[in-house]
Amino acid sequence: MGTARRMFALPTTVTDTLELLGSADYIADRSLATAVHLALHLKRPLFLEGEAGVGKTEIAKVLATALGRRLIRLQCYEGLDVATAVYEWDYARQMIEIRLAEAANEDRDEIESTIFSDRFLIKRPLLQALEPEIEGPPVLLIDELDRTDEPFEAYLLELLSDFQVTIPEIGTIRADQPPIVVITSNRTREIHDALKRRCFYYWVDYPTAARELEILKRKAPGASESLSREVVGFVQKLRGMDLFKLPGIAETIDWTEALMQLDVLELTPHAINDTLGVLLKYQDDIARLHGSEAARLLEQVKAEAAAAAA
Amino acid sequence: MASSAPRQASEGSGGSLLANLMHFARTLRAAGLPVGPGKVIDAVAAVRTIGITDRRDFYWTLHAVFVNRPDQRLIFDQAFHVFWRNPDLLKKMMGLVLPELRVEGEEDPGAAMARRLAEALHPNQNEGSEAEETETELDAAMTFSDREQLRGMDFEKMSLEELARAKAAIAKLRLPIEDVPTRRFAPDRHGARADLRATMRAALRSGGLIELKRKDPRRRPPPLVVLCDISGSMSRYSRVFLHFMHSVTNDRDRVHTFVFGTRLTNISRYLRYRDVDLALERVAEAVVDWSGGTRIGHCLAEFNRLWSRRLLGQGAIVLLITDGLDRDAGAGLAHEMDRLHRSCRRLIWLNPLLRYEGFEPRSLGMKAMMPYVDEFRPVHNLESLEILIEVLSTPVTRRATAASAWRHSEERAA
Repeated sequence: MGTARRMFALPTTVTDTLELLGSADYIADRSLATAVHLALHLKRPLFLEGEAGVGKTEIAKVLATALGRRLIRLQCYEGLDVATAVYEWDYARQMIEIRLAEAANEDRDEIESTIFSDRFLIKRPLLQALEPEIEGPPVLLIDELDRTDEPFEAYLLELLSDFQVTIPEIGTIRADQPPIVVITSNRTREIHDALKRRCFYYWVDYPTAARELEILKRKAPGASESLSREVVGFVQKLRGMDLFKLPGIAETIDWTEALMQLDVLELTPHAINDTLGVLLKYQDDIARLHGSEAARLLEQVKAEAAAAAA
Repeated sequence: MASSAPRQASEGSGGSLLANLMHFARTLRAAGLPVGPGKVIDAVAAVRTIGITDRRDFYWTLHAVFVNRPDQRLIFDQAFHVFWRNPDLLKKMMGLVLPELRVEGEEDPGAAMARRLAEALHPNQNEGSEAEETETELDAAMTFSDREQLRGMDFEKMSLEELARAKAAIAKLRLPIEDVPTRRFAPDRHGARADLRATMRAALRSGGLIELKRKDPRRRPPPLVVLCDISGSMSRYSRVFLHFMHSVTNDRDRVHTFVFGTRLTNISRYLRYRDVDLALERVAEAVVDWSGGTRIGHCLAEFNRLWSRRLLGQGAIVLLITDGLDRDAGAGLAHEMDRLHRSCRRLIWLNPLLRYEGFEPRSLGMKAMMPYVDEFRPVHNLESLEILIEVLSTPVTRRATAASAWRHSEERAA
């Protein structure tokens, strides 16, 4: 991180945005690029929903890299509160300060103004995101918002509409330039409409076969063309099945890497059975696919590939 | 919907984009999307940012503004294609925003723009999606009528006296559910943790000795999911259960309610109407499989696949109300019950055993379900909400005892 980050200008058209994402190895749909473009220019949060493993979090990371901005990440969990998300006072140091000041017979008002100053403030992600940076406003990633509870969501509502935080002891801190906010949700519960209304919404879907192949080429460049095609074909077939948890792009990439590690050059029923755990994460799904079903799907994939080649 | 067709943009009037977007927003609202006036302003800003150069971009720009949930995507898609079909309109609108685009666009807009315009306006684009639409409609119509019996339901209105009794009964309700600790804290004199922030503030106020303040985790009731059987064998109780579910939904937060017979219907939204008669009327309209057969396994599978991850996330309690009489004779039921049981904090089965005491149901459905419930609550004489509440409010019995009691009775009968 030692090298100074360059400052990059925001893309001016949707096509530029698409290229910008592509330059950081994110192969996006034009529809996604449109939503990103809107969020960048109208300075509103981007709300990404979709199944696990379709690349929601990655968008924030890619934006930060491509724009040369700092990435601030807030991982949500149940019970997330102001002390861990926004700010906290450094109580231990405050205590010491009070003792020292009392020993020196300082005035009480003076002690109060000293201990509630910037020096004793521990800044958490949301507060950090409001601070000016040399490279331009940072990218704030609020990851898996659906894991928090409603009170935090309500708090966020205020923060995201005005980009300001009020600390009773100090006053209101306001961002000169709002950060680029990306919110993701796995939809384990519905986020309130009031929050979504303030954002640009995009449902990140599973990619088409062509796009998935393109992604795989970027993310697992070591894999041979034929293996990649078979992997994508197989995963796409799985997504058509009635499984409890469909494999995402992350799983496709992981699986390809696992196959490469095992020196598999071509998919075989045996290789699939050995590595199915990388692709499917529920025992029922694995049990359903293990053995003959996997072989049947693979046969279909190979037949289709042969037909396409002919 | 002739009235919702886009108004022709009159040349030169700057407000036409706004007018048409407003009209489009109204169409969406009529189609059931929650679109407020603020959204129109957002849409104008968004369209100005992206520019109308490409039909797809225009689509996704409006999509980003108007759509809030995945299930709204289809409605939006259809509304968009119906509304913006008129290419003349789009051309005129482009004329309106074009001057701005010229300022913004960095390259020579002339020739390229015209070609892209032509591409965007090519009428072939619509055809595919329309053909698909009609196809799916046909499909849906075929599937439902031949397989299941669809019936309406007419509930009598609740009298004032009944209403008062229902309220009194629900006030007594103590579900066999304990409040669970959350990860948030509230000040508590005897709490286990030190509240340093409060301590610090108190110390400044008083000076001298620093008195340690304490805090303890807040507690709140976990989310509740009610799955209620409304098949023929349960039809006697439908009214009682619906009243119960209505009261519970309005009594606490985080309650989700489903009914099932041959299919699963989420009725939480309808039950949120304060007025019980209105709520029941809406439910009666929304549910199409009243008093038909039961496919418990099938419906639970649907719940597990589509809803469980969204509703059972934060340690939810599931209240399953069914008599366990299954048309599919318990096929696939054990598997789905197992999954449901694993995904929730506690699974409570309320079984209104048929009318007379001592009835011992040994249906295949029941056998399949029994091993997976944490708590089994049979009720023999279910005439009113009061009795239901009474049964539900009795203190917790351990799962093992409930299950073994039933198993013993089964052995005796055999």
